[in-house]
Amino acid sequence: MSTFVLLTVTGLGLGAMYFLIASGLSLIYGLMGVLNFAHGAFITVGSYGTWWASVHVFEGVHSSLWRWLLSALLGLVLGGVFAALVELILIRPLYARHIEQVLVTVGLQLAFVALVTGIWGPDPKTFVVPPWLHETTDLGGAHIPNDRWIEIATAAVVLALLQLFLRKTRYGLIIRAGVENRAMVQALGIDVRKAFTLVFAIGGVAAAIAGVLSGVYFNVVGPEQGTSLLIFAFIVVVIGGLGSIGGSAVAAVVVGLTQQYTNYYGSSGVGDIVVVLLLGVVLLMRPRGFAGAVVGARA
Amino acid sequence: MIANRRIVLDWLWPLVAFGALAFVPKLGFSIPKLFDQPIDSPGTLALLAACLLYGGLALTYDIQFGFTGLLSFGHALYIAVGAYIANIAITDWHWSFWPSILFTMGVAFLLSVLLGFVSLRVGGIAFAMVTLAFAQAGAVLALKDPHHWTHGEEGLGADYTKLPKAFVGIVNTKNLYWLALAFVAVVFFIVRWTVDSSPGRIWQAIRENEQRVEVLGLRPRAYKLQAFVLSSTLAAVGGIVYMLLYSGSTLVVTEPNFTLSLLLMVVIGGAGSRWGAVLGGILYTYLDDRLIAIGNSSAVEGLPHALRTPIEQPLFLLGVIFILIVVFLPGGLAGLVVRGRMSGLRRIEAAVRPGVDAA
Repeated sequence: MSTFVLLTVTGLGLGAMYFLIASGLSLIYGLMGVLNFAHGAFITVGSYGTWWASVHVFEGVHSSLWRWLLSALLGLVLGGVFAALVELILIRPLYARHIEQVLVTVGLQLAFVALVTGIWGPDPKTFVVPPWLHETTDLGGAHIPNDRWIEIATAAVVLALLQLFLRKTRYGLIIRAGVENRAMVQALGIDVRKAFTLVFAIGGVAAAIAGVLSGVYFNVVGPEQGTSLLIFAFIVVVIGGLGSIGGSAVAAVVVGLTQQYTNYYGSSGVGDIVVVLLLGVVLLMRPRGFAGAVVGARA
Repeated sequence: MIANRRIVLDWLWPLVAFGALAFVPKLGFSIPKLFDQPIDSPGTLALLAACLLYGGLALTYDIQFGFTGLLSFGHALYIAVGAYIANIAITDWHWSFWPSILFTMGVAFLLSVLLGFVSLRVGGIAFAMVTLAFAQAGAVLALKDPHHWTHGEEGLGADYTKLPKAFVGIVNTKNLYWLALAFVAVVFFIVRWTVDSSPGRIWQAIRENEQRVEVLGLRPRAYKLQAFVLSSTLAAVGGIVYMLLYSGSTLVVTEPNFTLSLLLMVVIGGAGSRWGAVLGGILYTYLDDRLIAIGNSSAVEGLPHALRTPIEQPLFLLGVIFILIVVFLPGGLAGLVVRGRMSGLRRIEAAVRPGVDAA
C-alpha cells in the first residue's frame, strides 16, 4: 500500500511537469498551428537560468529557500522573455507558413542544446535547493519526498491561473476565440498577433517552471533534459487533444501515473513503452484526442 | 524531343555521376584543404562512404517529406531496425548473413505497415508527434535492452566472422565505399522510378492538395501508407549499410536527433528534389565531420572562449545554417538552381497546415 501511495504521488509529480510543458505547447498549437520544438529550449532556459542565477547572482543570499526562490523567479522571467523574443524574431516573419515555423523551432532547439553544451559542458549541474525539499513526509505509511508536493501544487496553481486567465480576461477571450476560429477573430478587427506573442510568453514561463521543477525532481539539470521531457509532453498534447488545456491536464495525470506504475510493477523502461501504446490506442479510438471536440470545431 | 531530354536528364546524368564516383577509390592524390589524408586512404574513404550513406538516408526521408508531404519525426526507428535487427540476428542469434538480412527486411516491412497504419490516422503535425513517440519507444527498448540483445549504451559490435569477408577490415574500406555508393544509387533510381509512376504522382498530388485527391475518388491514406512503407523499408536497408560501415550498431541511430538531422539534410539540400536531398546529406555529413576537426585545430585554440564554443559544436553551426536556409532559401540549395516554380518547403505547406487533418 505504501509503495502504491508513493508511486501515485511521484506519478502526479511527473504528470505535473508534463502538464506545465504541454499546456504551453497545446495553446501555441491551438492558436497558431505551430508545433513548437523550441519548447525544449524554454525548459533549458528555465533550468539553466535558475542554476546560473543561484551561482552567479544570488550566491550571497544566506537563506537557501530565498536563494532558490529568487533564482527561480529570474529563471522564469528569462524563460518568458526568451520565448517572446523567439516569437517576435523567428516565428512572426514566417507568419502563415507553418512548415517553416516548425522547422525553425526544430533548428533552434538543436542549436540551443549544442550551444548550452558548448558553454557549460555536457555534465549535469547540481541544483541548490532548500534542504526541506529533499526530506520526506509520511502519508499512508509511505515516505514521500517533499518536492513532489511542490510540483503538484505548482501545476494545480498554474492550471487554475490559466483557466481564470482564459475565461475571465479579455485577452483570454481572444485566445479562446482564436483557437476556435482565428480568421473570424481577425475579421472582427482584433490584432490576434499580440495574442501570439502572449501565448509564447505564457508557454515560455510555464516551460521554465517545468525546467526549475525538473531540476528539483531529478536533482540535476543537463542540456538534454529538456528534449526528453518534451517528447512525453508531445504525447500528452496528442492524447489530450491539441489546443485543450483541460485535456492536457487530464492526459498529463494519466501519462505520469501510467509511467510510474508500469515502470515499477513491470520493469524499468516498460512505462515509456506502455505510454506510447496508450497513445496508439487513443489514436485508434479517438483520432482527435480526449478533448477532440475543441480541435474538431476548427477544421 | 522533350521525352528524350527527360531521359537524358533523369537517367543518363545520374548514371554518369554515380559511375564517376565509383572511380574515387582509385584516385591516389590528395586534396590538402578538404581532406587530411589522400583520397584512397581508408580514413578519407570512410568519410566519403558515410557522406554517401547519409545522402541515401536523406533521400529515403525525402520520399515521405518532400514528395508526399508527410512530416515524420520517427524515421530513425527504421534505420535502427536495419542496424540493430540484422546485427542481433548475426551476433546474438548466430544466424548467417543473408537470412539475417532477409529477416530484417521482413521486420522493417511489417513494422512500417503496422505503425504506418496507426500513425496515418492523423495528419499534419499530429502525425509528426505520433511517429516521434513510436521512435522513442524503439529508442527506450534499445537502451534498456530487456533481452540482453542490444547491449544498451555500449552498442553492439558486429560478429565479424559472420559478415561477408569483403566488408571486414580497414583494407576493405573501398568495398564499403562502393557499398554506400550502391545504396545511394539504388535509392536514387527507385525514387526516380516511383515518383514518376502513377502512385508516385498521387503522392505528390496529396502533398499539394489532399482533399482534391479524395474528391477524385482515391484514398489518400492508402497512398500515404505506400510512400511510408517504401521510405521506411529503404531506410532499413540504409541501416544495414550503416551496421556494416561502422561494424556495429550504436544508440545514435535510435535517437530522435537522428531523424532531425535527416530533416536538416533534406531541407538544406532542397525538399522534394532528388539531387537536393542527396547533396544535403553529403554536405551535412562532411561538415559535421570536418567542423569537429577544425574545432580541435590549433587555429581555433587561440580564439577567445566566446568565439571558440560555437565552432566546437558542429550542431550549433549546422542548426544556425538550417534556420537561415528555412527563412531565406526555402527551396534549399536545389532552389538556387531550379527557379520559376514553387520550390522545396513551400510545396509541403498545404500538407501540414492545421485543419487539414486526415479523418
